Amino acid sequence: MSAITADALSRAHPDAQAGIYNDKVVRQFSVMAVVWGVVGMLVGVIIAAQMIWPALNLGQFGLEWFSFGRLRPLHTNAVIFAFGGCVLFATSYYVVQRTCQTRLFLGPLAALTFWGWQLVIVLAAITLPLGLTTGKEYAELIWPIDVLITIVWISYAVVFFGTLATRKINHIYVANWFFGAFILAVALLHVVNSAAIPTSFLHAYSAWAGVQSAMIQWWYGHNAVGFFLTAGFLGIMYYFIPKQAERPIYSYRLSIVHFWALIFTYMWAGPHHLHYTALPDWTQSIGMVFSLILLAPSWGGMINGIMTLSGAWHKLRDDPILRFLIVSLSFYGMSTFEGPMMSIKTVNALSHYTDWTIGHVHSGALGWVGLISMGALYFLIPRLFGQKKMYSVPAIELHFWIACVGIVLYIAAMWIAGVTQGLMWRALADDGTLAYTFSESVRATYPFYAIRLVGGTMYFAGMCIMAWNVWMTVSMGLKAGPVPQIRIPAVAPAHA
Amino acid sequence: MDSLFVLIPLSVLLVLAILGLFWWALYNGQYDNIEREGERILKDD
Repeated sequence: MSAITADALSRAHPDAQAGIYNDKVVRQFSVMAVVWGVVGMLVGVIIAAQMIWPALNLGQFGLEWFSFGRLRPLHTNAVIFAFGGCVLFATSYYVVQRTCQTRLFLGPLAALTFWGWQLVIVLAAITLPLGLTTGKEYAELIWPIDVLITIVWISYAVVFFGTLATRKINHIYVANWFFGAFILAVALLHVVNSAAIPTSFLHAYSAWAGVQSAMIQWWYGHNAVGFFLTAGFLGIMYYFIPKQAERPIYSYRLSIVHFWALIFTYMWAGPHHLHYTALPDWTQSIGMVFSLILLAPSWGGMINGIMTLSGAWHKLRDDPILRFLIVSLSFYGMSTFEGPMMSIKTVNALSHYTDWTIGHVHSGALGWVGLISMGALYFLIPRLFGQKKMYSVPAIELHFWIACVGIVLYIAAMWIAGVTQGLMWRALADDGTLAYTFSESVRATYPFYAIRLVGGTMYFAGMCIMAWNVWMTVSMGLKAGPVPQIRIPAVAPAHA
Repeated sequence: MDSLFVLIPLSVLLVLAILGLFWWALYNGQYDNIEREGERILKDD
């Protein structure tokens, strides 16, 4: 059993640290995850409002850095890489240490990943509103920042895999396979997609052009979803659900099958972003078929996580943290059903370029990624700051319900807007000409943009409640004394 | 379509790497005693 020793070890000589988990970097990333969550979602609310009231672009004041085109990538980068990224760093560093029963490899390098990543985020927040962009979705950052990301990511890989290599338990828990795959895949995706020839400090030409560039961009883009937003967060799911439910994963065997099937299939789904474009038909078909196959491993993972509560469903009544974790999986299941459906060419012919795509993204982002992150952070933060539980459990409840209602409003509004757009854009009059002008479709979908703003604002409000709760918990923890130093348990001798 | 000259060999290498990793896992004993591994994380701290 470990002992929590809240004493002067925090200032310790390095040797005294050897028997203690490195939770400092976990604390740092956990707190910043909440901060960036608030920032990223606030930008989302702003751009949603701008779509309803274009005056909010502040163009009449000459403030082009506040316009929708500049702020949209700031929103996507902030929620995916700043919020999502910090959650992944915090949880992977926490999980790998505890499942390997060893301290993080090369602590100073881990510290570099924290400061390096925060620097990437700040640079993004400066350059994107200034209009410095590569124009590649989820890869907008200009080349010097890409280089910094590569340095941070290589450091992350060294720390994570080094910790695995120095593990005291031979078995590598399944969550670490998901984290490892996410780290390696993102490295490959980033380096290939962002490959460019610089012409100045702020500008470069992409190594790729034309339809080939489109294919590589969406190989990257879909795998950013598949590895950054899915595999990484499945790693979180596989650790934090069993821990919070105090039950082992429903089928450990299934988790292994799930892992290998998922990482193999995801790589091929990218072309579904390019249906009915200049991309060759055979490539489009591969994307469609593998996206459909992907439904199976995705649902295997979802079932594995949800069924962990088999025989213990009553825990959901009283434990809002568990509710965040489990409900996130239902949204995961929804999104991983919707995605394959939208990958079918016939369906895509209606949905492409419409708000249905936005609805799908946000059901995955707010429903799956958001809720699992919140559940994991609510688990982690009290423990990291020496508290038995979060400052206010009723506030967690409130957050849960506001978030869920917000998500449902958001996605339902976008479904209706998206299908309306798809149907209106393809409607033909009797003489074979288009029945509607584009601006008529804008007018038809306008009310749903308002509903989306309400839903998104609710979700943002939930995040603010979380930020308050985290602030109170951390303050109480720091007031009570130095942060806990968790002793690494002595490993029992290996047995068969 | 010239990028296929890079992408196909790269994909083949990637598949071989993945198979190699799976082989390592199997022969390193990662999949022995599976039932117990799921429970192990509940025992620390």
